[in-house]
Amino acid sequence: MNQPDLIMGAVAYAPKVVTIWEGFKTWFQKRGLQFDYVLYSNYEAQVEAQFNGSIHLAWNSPLAWVRADRIARSLGQSVQAVAMRDTDRDLRSVIVTRADSPVQSIADLQDRTLGVGAIDSPQATLIPLHHLRSAEVVDGRDFQVRRFDALGGKHGDHIGGERDAALALLRGEIDAACMIDGNLLAFGLDGTLPAGSTRVISQTRPYDHCNFTTSPDAPAYAISQFVDLLLSMRWDDPKVRPLLELEGLKQWLPGRTSGYAALERAVDEDNFYGPDGSIRNAEYRY
Amino acid sequence: MDPTAASATPSIDTEALGLDEGALLLVRRALAQVPVGGNLLARGRAPNWELHLTAWCRQQGHAIQTSALSDGVCEAIVTRGPWAEGRWRDALTAGQSQLPAPSAKPEWGLAARGATVEAGSPAFNFTLSNRDELWATTADEIYAQGVAAQWDPQTAIDWDTPFEIDPEIEAAVVQVMTFLVENENAALIVPARHLGQLHPHYREVQQVLALQCADEARHVEVFTRRLGMRGRQPMLSTAGGQASLRTLLQAPDFSSATFLLSVLGEGTFVNLLSFLHEYGPDPVTRQICRLAARDEARHVAFGMAHLKYRLSVEPDYLARLQNAIEQRHEALAPTSGLNEEVFDALILIAAGSLTPAAIARGYAAVQRLKLDMAAGRKSRLLHLGFPADQAQRLADLHTRNFM
Repeated sequence: MNQPDLIMGAVAYAPKVVTIWEGFKTWFQKRGLQFDYVLYSNYEAQVEAQFNGSIHLAWNSPLAWVRADRIARSLGQSVQAVAMRDTDRDLRSVIVTRADSPVQSIADLQDRTLGVGAIDSPQATLIPLHHLRSAEVVDGRDFQVRRFDALGGKHGDHIGGERDAALALLRGEIDAACMIDGNLLAFGLDGTLPAGSTRVISQTRPYDHCNFTTSPDAPAYAISQFVDLLLSMRWDDPKVRPLLELEGLKQWLPGRTSGYAALERAVDEDNFYGPDGSIRNAEYRY
Repeated sequence: MDPTAASATPSIDTEALGLDEGALLLVRRALAQVPVGGNLLARGRAPNWELHLTAWCRQQGHAIQTSALSDGVCEAIVTRGPWAEGRWRDALTAGQSQLPAPSAKPEWGLAARGATVEAGSPAFNFTLSNRDELWATTADEIYAQGVAAQWDPQTAIDWDTPFEIDPEIEAAVVQVMTFLVENENAALIVPARHLGQLHPHYREVQQVLALQCADEARHVEVFTRRLGMRGRQPMLSTAGGQASLRTLLQAPDFSSATFLLSVLGEGTFVNLLSFLHEYGPDPVTRQICRLAARDEARHVAFGMAHLKYRLSVEPDYLARLQNAIEQRHEALAPTSGLNEEVFDALILIAAGSLTPAAIARGYAAVQRLKLDMAAGRKSRLLHLGFPADQAQRLADLHTRNFM
């Protein structure tokens, strides 16, 4: 390949990431876009690479989007969310307890222990804790938090933390656990949470998940070519369907930023990032 | 919980059954009755019903609008997305269920014959994928007979029946058993190799070969058990014997290998095992040889059926079979043939003792055995269509090592 038209960053949260992006790379190249990708071990390095000219575009977690947007604004620049999966829209997180637990509502969490996911997980930590604070149920003051950290810097992409919290809930080590709605269903179907063993006591408002975030000086034509090709991918194309299945979507949609407000507030409440995108959480390791 | 057609919008009520308790099956089936873009009215009152259905619809690409009714009942309008159909666009049909195809496509992979195979399924490079090169019209019958004739070595053989045996005769039995085990090893490995190369579309042949492997594994077991019954160790294995068996593993294709192994080798072994059934000095030897001979006869029947099929669609293949025998004969010309210990052991088993008179009887019995073996081979070659003189010559070129 000659000099690529577009270099994208992605975080290697699982081995399948290589399969996915090697497959998409070939697919893009056959359609005239000289595309390449760079893998990062964590979203923080990836977002920083968006501002040092290393990559034109990043496949970002919602938290990485928040950080990229903050850095850009503080520099007088801008980044755009140009595309996302159909499955990135309108997600909800839930707080579950054991079916036989005396905890009937979030008010009953008083002096109890809530299991959350990784420190940087929007869906299993940041957004649910913000959701509780909005109802005046505050972590550290009203209840204890036990974190189920898995793979720091991956922003909760690895579901191990949520699964560990669910198992600890069943073992009675914690009184409630946070997870995304899709994992509540998945844990029910795979037997991690046997049917009837848990009860949902609260759920968040819908929010959005990942997006493709452009870097400030991204080449406009290549970005537009990338987005057009992405949106043209069809589930009934057997060459691309396995990649879409691995990435967990049926179709790519245009990006939108209307679903990140709760996370923005959570980041501020937690002082996870500063207004300029600096990392403020001293316990965060990645 | 059946979808009702009474109203304009089909509906499904999963009642108190959770979507994580099987209710997804009901929703999926109800949705399958709705055209793409059409609506299904779903209702349920299980805990987390709305959360689960919304998450599932998002993953599946169906639009959903939910509303809560009274008494914990939730309702949702699910608009069917187009994705389920997309998976089956350009799907392949893996031949017809009852009819093996002339050739099996790599993309059919491991699918059942006649199944609908998703486009983009991985291709499997099975080298045996043309019907003419592997088929036998009676394969299904031979498989059924084989299944019905399976026997359990533990219960089919009277291992505990007491018997007295002269140590010299016991040594002869152990030598013959040692010889039988190495031959059965070859008879197991040859079909096992083909099994891994055979396109599973030809399931009847696959099943026959699998059973053949199981048969040989059982034979290895019983011959090994008989060998050690009186505390003896296995005896002699010759270079010539193993060189002869190795040529079976080197046969150039399935038909040639089947010809050399089953039609000629195992056919010859049927005579040998029948001989041991007749002259075996103890009930265990007689029983295991009788049962093994029955299995081997079935392997011969499959070999014959396959070659008759192949020759019916490719008559010129007869010349290839002739070459296979001749090449094997030339390859084995420098070797010593059947080892003397095995030959003497057979004589001693038939003789029953070391007196000259008994040995004369035993020797004559082994000569008759060799004549019977050659006659059997000639008969099968005639049956395959070789002219009489050629059949006689080729029958005589068969390895002196029997298999």
